[in-house]
Amino acid sequence: MLKTRVMPCLLLRGRALVKTIKFKTPSYVGDPINTVRIYNEKEVDELIFLDITATAAGKEPPYDLLAEIASECFMPFTYGGGIRSLDQIKRIFSLGVEKVAINSHAAERPSLIREAADAFGSQSIVASIDVKKKFFGGYDVYTRGGTRAVGRDPAAYAADLENLGAGEILLTAIDRDGTMTGYDLALIEHVSSAVGIPLIACGGAGCLEDFRYAKRAGASAVAAGSMVVYQGTHRAVLINFPPRDALEEVLDERNVLPVYGNVG
Amino acid sequence: MTVIVDYGMGNLGSILNMLKKIGEQAVIASDPDGIRQAGRLILPGVGSFDRGMRHLQQRGLLPVLNDKVRCEQTPTLGICLGMQLLTRRSEEGQLPGLGWIDGETVRFQFEGRHQALKVPHMGWNTVTVARDESLFRGLTNGQTRFYFVHSYHVVCDHASDVLAQTEYGFPFIASVQRGHVMGTQFHPEKSHKYGMRLLQNFVEYC
Repeated sequence: MLKTRVMPCLLLRGRALVKTIKFKTPSYVGDPINTVRIYNEKEVDELIFLDITATAAGKEPPYDLLAEIASECFMPFTYGGGIRSLDQIKRIFSLGVEKVAINSHAAERPSLIREAADAFGSQSIVASIDVKKKFFGGYDVYTRGGTRAVGRDPAAYAADLENLGAGEILLTAIDRDGTMTGYDLALIEHVSSAVGIPLIACGGAGCLEDFRYAKRAGASAVAAGSMVVYQGTHRAVLINFPPRDALEEVLDERNVLPVYGNVG
Repeated sequence: MTVIVDYGMGNLGSILNMLKKIGEQAVIASDPDGIRQAGRLILPGVGSFDRGMRHLQQRGLLPVLNDKVRCEQTPTLGICLGMQLLTRRSEEGQLPGLGWIDGETVRFQFEGRHQALKVPHMGWNTVTVARDESLFRGLTNGQTRFYFVHSYHVVCDHASDVLAQTEYGFPFIASVQRGHVMGTQFHPEKSHKYGMRLLQNFVEYC
């Protein structure tokens, strides 16, 4: 069994699957249901779907689409986007979704994480944290699709969310999103050293080796976006996923290098 | 034809779609007439024990299910809560279970160094197969893994009813079979090719 989970992180905009660069310029990459069918074939162990418009537009999560995805999805999946109440979470779980990711509304009302963990169990509550580098060094947490600065250090913030009952942290480096230039390893190290719960690193994966570096930096799971929806340098859309033996090889403890390249 | 019993306990779409994918004729049924048509039955379920039993009762499904399973010997597969309902009772509730498997459902209790283990047991895990037949035909190598989400597990009176075990603090029962009545604690419909093979085995060999 793969000890380090590798999961596609897919962005929804209405019924369309899109991919962003640094949280901007969403480009259409396909239909979510077709994409799920492809990932079924590829034996992906877990999926993340984030609706990037729900919070901004003050919309409800796309329940009908989630029910459709759950019906087609032969693997567990996490949904995030616009979640602000226990009733919504209950409804989402009843549709056949395994976990929810909460971002903006956790920053605005942290008790939501505690209430959700109490009601549904920590294992199904993912705290999603988007992070940007500060101009003069250090990091800041952002919400609402990277538009609103929270004014918190991500490590201390992640530790708070863990104490409130979050079962996992989804840590996204906004500056790396869609760039395929590698994860922000310093950020992963910084946050993973502050929490005991699993950390899913997101933002920047460009090649298989990046998973190895992220693991080395302290990630217990890795998410990939561009890498699993594009092919080649011209970003031609091709839904893909690395073969299992290649993942096993690259994530094998014995192959993890003691040094890594692009820290900071 | 395989009938998936809909008693209001979770999304059954992925089970239906997985069966379709392996070429099995399958329908979802929520009434006695629909269930009566079944050549095979799947009893899925996510939720609490009493709620599950109450829903079966309120929808008037208990007599037809008993008739199918006890008299007609219809091959039946319980999934997750559906497997727990096959037992006599559960620590999770007061209502009696279906009682088709001699056993009970108990909560995870850990001792010593395992006390830090979280309940529910959630995630992918491997299984150790006791019998390389029926549901697990071709699924016995060490790579086989399934997706679990549960806080309670089944304890059987008869060791011979145990089809597979999984380790979580201690070995617990991941799958049962007594004659034509089977159960999996994990979700085959969320366990991609391994789950698909298991469902295929159910429709081909059970």
